[in-house]
Amino acid sequence: METKATIEQVMDRLVARFGSEIRSSEMCYDMMTIEVPAHTIIAVLQELHDDTATPFRFLTSLCGMHYPHLAKDKQFGVVYHMHCLTSNLRLRIKIYLHADKLEVDTASALFATANWMERETFDFYGIRFKGHPNLIRILNMEDMVPFPMRKDFPLEDQRREDKADEMFGR
Amino acid sequence: MAQEINKTTTQVEEKQYSTLNLGPTHPATHGIFQNILTMDGEIIVDAVPTIGYIHRAFEKIAERRPYYQITVLTDRMNYCSSPINNMGYHMAVEKLLNVEIPKRVQYMRVIVMELARISDHIICNSVISVDSGALSGFVYMFQFRELIYEIYEEICGARLTTNMGRIGGFERNWPKTAWEKIDKFLHEFPVQLDEFESLLIRNRIFMDRTINVGPISAERALNYGFTGPNLRAAGVDYDVRAMNPYSSYEDFEFTIPVGTNGDTYDRFVVRQEEMRQSLSIIRQALTKLKTLPDTVYHAEVPDVFLPPKELVYNQMEALIYHFKIVMGEVPVPVGEIYHAVEGGNGELGFYLVSDGGRTPYRLHFRRPCFIYYQAYPEMIKGAMLSDAILTLSSLNVIAGELDA
Repeated sequence: METKATIEQVMDRLVARFGSEIRSSEMCYDMMTIEVPAHTIIAVLQELHDDTATPFRFLTSLCGMHYPHLAKDKQFGVVYHMHCLTSNLRLRIKIYLHADKLEVDTASALFATANWMERETFDFYGIRFKGHPNLIRILNMEDMVPFPMRKDFPLEDQRREDKADEMFGR
Repeated sequence: MAQEINKTTTQVEEKQYSTLNLGPTHPATHGIFQNILTMDGEIIVDAVPTIGYIHRAFEKIAERRPYYQITVLTDRMNYCSSPINNMGYHMAVEKLLNVEIPKRVQYMRVIVMELARISDHIICNSVISVDSGALSGFVYMFQFRELIYEIYEEICGARLTTNMGRIGGFERNWPKTAWEKIDKFLHEFPVQLDEFESLLIRNRIFMDRTINVGPISAERALNYGFTGPNLRAAGVDYDVRAMNPYSSYEDFEFTIPVGTNGDTYDRFVVRQEEMRQSLSIIRQALTKLKTLPDTVYHAEVPDVFLPPKELVYNQMEALIYHFKIVMGEVPVPVGEIYHAVEGGNGELGFYLVSDGGRTPYRLHFRRPCFIYYQAYPEMIKGAMLSDAILTLSSLNVIAGELDA
């Protein structure tokens, strides 16, 4: 019986290939979470995709994040959830983006499924994916200007005075 | 002869395509889907789907709501199997809070999730039969969807958007009538399922209409992020229940049906077999429940589980906990989790980021419909218009889940 591949082996291979580009790695509950610089994300995804021992061929989800309280170069993020179906390993990859340069390479050439996920991320956070075949809004109307999932976009109608923020969540 | 060839080439160049708006509100699309089709006669050349007609900003709303108020958002996603969404969300929060759930509650959840899966598949498969021209099977099958909704009603009081259960368990123990209705369902439904299947599965018209209609290869399906019955129809045996068991699915014996071609017929057959497996899981759960004390219906987590109303009025502790939960004073660990359940249509994931506040910092729903609907244009290219309708219904795209 062959030994089961572990996430540590995957991490070893990634560190051997990318070295200090893997900025951090930690187990967050049951999932290994790593952080890589935005410019290497496609190389990391490609490496995981082409790995023969543990091919991460399944992009489970991709979503944006907004951290307005962090330093300017870490205010936006994109989170990729990868899944290796043959060894049942999951990996979360995070990248951070500078608030003035919301651009990252597209993963849609590697995963067809990234197409709409990236459009959704663009729609809600304004993160541009370079090389995306059709980067337009997907769920909101096309002539909308703001990016509604950013933390500074108000949920409530701002003209209302009967709802104080501290009483209703954040 | 040479002249003739030239003539045909010019004809090809001059060929004009017609544009057809399929949807947004067309009875055959079973939901609000718009596809702008480019047609060559009756053959589809290209399709551009437009989505977002019922986008309700659930992810944004979830960032402003305490954890216990988000359940109602989840059941408005895949409203054909809302209890799976509810339970999946509860389990995601329980994972974040490290709450241990009693076995009985886990098995009860399994029962209700499998019932929801059956009702989801009933809708999908009987709609496939309607779209291929066989209305009668649909009418008989929907009686049992009605019975499942009655079971929901006994459990939580609601039918479609159930808001079932709480973080930590169920809001109340299931009444005797609920168990009786489950027994009735288990007794009567298999007969109907077999009858429905015998109407269609070897039916020449049905087979002609569905075999090789809207096929997708396993490789393309994986690349497109397919999950659930649609992926299994293409031949990949990925099922979250088996691969990452949650809610004690590891205690149950079941097989994962897989298809070969990934076409409409395979998707139909896979869903039929999954309903049988679900019935078997429910039977096993009922047997297992007999050995467990029948008074447990939630975990002992007063921090997050809302106490019953009569205790709130009569007991100091219950009142305090009630107040703390409602006002969001419950400490929540900082961290992020991803929890996936096998929804009716595939891997339903919850990516929950907590900063310790009363509301999630970010809650991303991995909605299987949204992810695989983008393969639709590729699947119907070169097909007839009527095949496109069948492909859409066999993918079981639910508008609420698509648009969040």
